Parts: sequence; structure tokens; C-alpha cells
Amino acid sequence: MAKTLAEKVWDRHVVRRGSGAEPDLLYIDLHLVHEVTSPQAFDGLRLAGRPVRRPDLTIATEDHNVPTVGIDLPIADPVSRTQVETLRRNCAEFGVRLHPMGDAEQGIVHVVGPQLGLTQPGMTVVCGDSHTSTHGAFGALAFGIGTSEVEHVMATQTLPLRPFKTMAVTITGELRPGVTAKDVILAVIARIGTGGGQGYVLEYRGPAIEKLSMEARMTVCNMSIEAGARAGMIAPDETTFAYLKGRPHAPAGELWDNAVADWRGLRTDDGAVFDAEVVLDADELTPFVTWGTNPGQGLPLSATVPDPERIADENERVAAEKALSYMDLVPGTPLREISVDTVFLGSCTNGRIEDLRAAAAVIAGRQVADGVRMLVVPGSMRVKAQAEAEGLHEVFLAAGAEWRQAGCSMCLGMNPDQLAPGERSASTSNRNFEGRQGKGGRTHLVSPLVAAATAVRGTLSSPEDLVTASAGGTNTAASAQN
Amino acid sequence: MEPFTTHTGVGVPLRRSNVDTDQIIPAVYLKRVTRTGFEDGLFAAWRSDEHFVLNQEPYRAGSVLVAGPDFGTGSSREHAVWALSDYGFRTVLSARFADIFRGNAGKAGLLAAQLEQSDIELLWKLLETEPGTEVTVDLREKTVRAKEFTAPFAVDDYTRWRLLEGLDDIGLTLRHAAVIDEFEQARADYLPVTTPIAGA
Repeated sequence: MAKTLAEKVWDRHVVRRGSGAEPDLLYIDLHLVHEVTSPQAFDGLRLAGRPVRRPDLTIATEDHNVPTVGIDLPIADPVSRTQVETLRRNCAEFGVRLHPMGDAEQGIVHVVGPQLGLTQPGMTVVCGDSHTSTHGAFGALAFGIGTSEVEHVMATQTLPLRPFKTMAVTITGELRPGVTAKDVILAVIARIGTGGGQGYVLEYRGPAIEKLSMEARMTVCNMSIEAGARAGMIAPDETTFAYLKGRPHAPAGELWDNAVADWRGLRTDDGAVFDAEVVLDADELTPFVTWGTNPGQGLPLSATVPDPERIADENERVAAEKALSYMDLVPGTPLREISVDTVFLGSCTNGRIEDLRAAAAVIAGRQVADGVRMLVVPGSMRVKAQAEAEGLHEVFLAAGAEWRQAGCSMCLGMNPDQLAPGERSASTSNRNFEGRQGKGGRTHLVSPLVAAATAVRGTLSSPEDLVTASAGGTNTAASAQN
Repeated sequence: MEPFTTHTGVGVPLRRSNVDTDQIIPAVYLKRVTRTGFEDGLFAAWRSDEHFVLNQEPYRAGSVLVAGPDFGTGSSREHAVWALSDYGFRTVLSARFADIFRGNAGKAGLLAAQLEQSDIELLWKLLETEPGTEVTVDLREKTVRAKEFTAPFAVDDYTRWRLLEGLDDIGLTLRHAAVIDEFEQARADYLPVTTPIAGA
């Protein structure tokens, strides 16, 4: 029977089929761990006298809490420090590999896994973090879990789960210069809504997806959860194999050939039926930004703040009214006229080297606008080292931006990198929820290109606006896409 | 886990859709390494508003939360479930739950019961016109009752069984340890392990 990619990966991990109401028992190939959602799981193991069954399929990193300046000093916040120290003790006790603050491989868990070559096609990958969907870019079935499930995976290397439904998200056509993976996924979420993906694995496909780099594919899959989906996937292809080849944990020699032969079969069969389908035309997409307080409340940058009065659905209208009140926005205002206090470039969505290159190309030779603070936070120490080898840090510093250490940082403000009440940001992260970046903070989700242009102009902007504003400007708009 | 069969308590109308887990408990409250004590972070931003429903008597002592659709979207933090439980909620009623939240609730003994939105609206009206009305959520019968109001709710059969019996998921899985061993023997030889690689 013809199968979808998600069904193929599912089927090869079924340890035991459930009967009746009982779920399947699914084997987990890779368990990623960080300091926030693991302490209670390790505690549970200790109470029950259970070991971590497969420490060799488990890896931990410190990311959510870590400061992005002064990392050679003890963490100032005692509660954050306790959480990080607890992870260190737990990893030592249970034999789990850990990349702590300051380590060359430390970084955001979803940046670290792929760059080490640990994320590979056809695997099942879990983490106590909803953005685990990132790893689906490799054709892995990767999804976020809660702490009880973290403990379950530690104890058994399996999870009891009922099969997910499948949705094809086909992006036809070709992205225009200056339109990026971030714009694609924001447009997808605006189309299907924050609940539209509930119960589904989204498989992104079509010519516009096939042309994306691995890092851009990760950006797309990363935000699948913002459409409510359990996971996002993209079938592995030559781009995937080229990215993986030679990475520390990728197979080598004969094993590599065997692996690639196997991976080539990881595609949705012709004639396989998805439970739902959505089609977007890449040619029609332009830079996309959010105006509200959930990631589905987004519009093209050229649009104006929507008028709730015109929204027919009562729940959506009330939600829009509450969002505009929180965001302090007036219907009809052009999005390009919204001024920001802070620009955040980073996160597991857009904190990889291509994201930094794209933003640097826009900002090179320009200045961050007066009164605007720009934080550049590489997704991992390896990304940071690479950027510094390319001189990108000098570009950002010369423009007046702050060049930081790796971590989740202002994406969720668990460390000191937060918005003050009432402050407004353009952020390359993934969530614009109320208070996400700091209590009372207001977030507009944007691509790295829009983030960089916004930093220069001080209002939500695309690189095209810079070219128009300064005749004889650079060629950034066209060349800086990822 | 404590079994859940039926629960009766004061209903709390939360007229909001898309209540994400950052609203249920903001990230700054996630730093505890214990499993209890998260009630202070529950709806932290909204609770500073004196008009928020949980700041009103008699809703303050509520244990049945009646919320708008798409409850629990966003982060996978199980702390959202713990915060609700630690505050005193035993069950959340909504027309639609985010997948991870619903899974976490089932694991941690909080019943996420799915009702029709029209029934949620009726409950909201009842709870607002007669504050303090007690709501009974019967997991055996899969019904919600409050005064003259009765409605069925949906919950998946496996979660229902586990909640009724108060069963520990890990214990259930470990009964199949031999099958897991067998599966592991047959895994592809190219799959990676996380053991550090010299020189890498």
C-alpha cells in the first residue's frame, strides 16, 4: 500500500502495535535534553530506582536559562543557576553526554543536534521542547514532549503513541528574491491557523521547498508547532545528504552508502493519500510579519493593521481585539510604520549561520537606528565561531548591534535578555505570545532580512525599503536571501 | 497517580480562545527543579488584573476550568499542567486542546475533557449568571453536569482507562521490556549514538 513519508518512519519504529484503544509503542532513536524540562524526569527515575536505558541515544545541552554575556561568571539568577547545576549533576549521575555553558558544542538543542550530524533521515527524535519539529527537515519524525514523557523515554527509550494524521503542505512555484523560509512558514500558519495542524504531521513539499537549503528547511519545520501540528517533515534528498556528509556523527564509508541507499526510499509514495492538503503559491509570497499575539496573526509587510470589526467569526474577532489592545496598535496603520525598540536575531528558528549571513549582508555598512537595540545571538557556539571566522561579528558590531554568546536568549526571556513592559520588538524567533519576551513586551515575528532592515530604519521594513531610501545603496535585497 | 473517576467543584468561566502555555505559566516560573509549587505562576500576567476571573469570589476556589477553543497551544512545558493542578484544578473543559497539552494532562492526572463549543457557551452563561455553580465531571459516564445542564464530552479511551485506574505509564511499558530488547537488536547499524567521537 502506498504510504506517506510520516507513515513510513512511524512504521519502522513500532516496537509493539496497540490493539483497540491501546496506542502503539514507538522506539525513539534520539533524545535531546535541556535544563528546563528534565529535572523532574531525572527525579522520577531516581525515586523509582531506574537508570537511563540508553544514555548513548541521549544528549543534553544548556540553552534556555543561560546568559549570553559574561558566561565565564556564575549565573547571577540563583534559580537559573540551580536549574543548570541540577542538569550537570543529573547528567553526571546518569551518564548522559552534556555540553555545558562555555563548551565549544554548547548551544540551542535544535541547532546542536543537526550540526553534530546526530539528526538523520528516518529517525524518531524527541525533546522536552515543542520546537523539536525542527529536526523534521531531515525527514525525521521529530516532536516535542512533556516532562512525564521525557521520563518515559529515559526509562524505556519508547513512547506509547497513537499514529498522527498527515497533511501535505505543498508550496508551488518559486520564492522571489528577499522572500525566505520564515515568510513561507508564517504564511502557512496564517492560512491554516494556530489550531489547523492539531493531530497532524505536516509534510512540506513542492518545488519551492525542494530548492531550500537545509537550514531554511529547518526554519520551516521549526514552526510547525505554531500551526498546532505535532511535527513537520521534508523528504530527504541530495541537499540533505550533502549537509550530513562528513559531520561528526554521520555514518562514514560503507555505512554511509548503506544509509543513503535506505534514505532514498524515505519519500511519500505516488498514490499515497494524505488526510488533508494545503497548497500555497510561492510566487505570491512577500515578506511576512505578525501583528498580533499568536503566530497565526500575520500579514504581508505591505498590509495594514487589520480591523477586528471586519472579522466575521466571533472568537477570532474577540481574539483580534484583545491582541490589538495588548500590542497597542490601531486598525489601518501600515505595518511599515510600526516602530520598534529592540531587534532580536537568533533562536532555534533563525539562529543559524545562513540567518546571520543574510542579516549581516543587509546591515553591512549601515547603522542600527538611534534608540533601537539589536541583539545578535548565535544559535550555538559553533555558529558563533563560524560567524567570527567570516567576520560577521565585526559587521554587526560596526553597525552598533550587540554580539552575544549562544542560547535561547530573548526568544523566551528565561535569562536576563528580556523586553521591558511596553517595549516592542522585531524578532526572528517563533512566538509572539503576550509576555513571551518579557512581561508586557510586544513581539512582531519577522525573517532575518526583515529584522536587519528594521534595525536600520527603526520601523518594520524589508531590505527593499533600504535600497529605495538610500539610492546607490547596496545590492543586499537580492543577494541576501536564504 | 491518583485515580480520577468523578469530580465536582466550582466552575470557572475563562472566556478566551488560544490560551497558550506562556499565558498558563510564563517561562520565568519554569525554573523550579521540583514537581510542585507552580500555582504562583498560573495565569501570572492576568492575575495581576483585579478583574480577572480567578480574582473574583467564588471563582477563586474553582476546580473546573471552562475555557475557549485551542487551549494549551505553544510550548510543551508540562509545568502548565502542574500549575493548573497545583492551583486546585482537576479538569479543564474546552472545545479544542493543543495536542501536547492534552497528552501532558493525561500523564499528570488532569482531565482534559473536550466539549462542543455550543455546550461551552451554555456553561459560560450558567457560570456567569450563577457564580459558584458546581460542575460535575463524570469520567465513567463521560458527561458534564451542572444544575439542569448536561452534556457529553470526549476523551480518548486509553487516557480514560489510565485515569480511571490511576496507572503509571512507565510501569505499563516496562511490561514489554523483552519486546523492546528484541527491537533494539534489529536496528540499522548506521544509526548514530551520542557517545563522543574522538577528535570531533
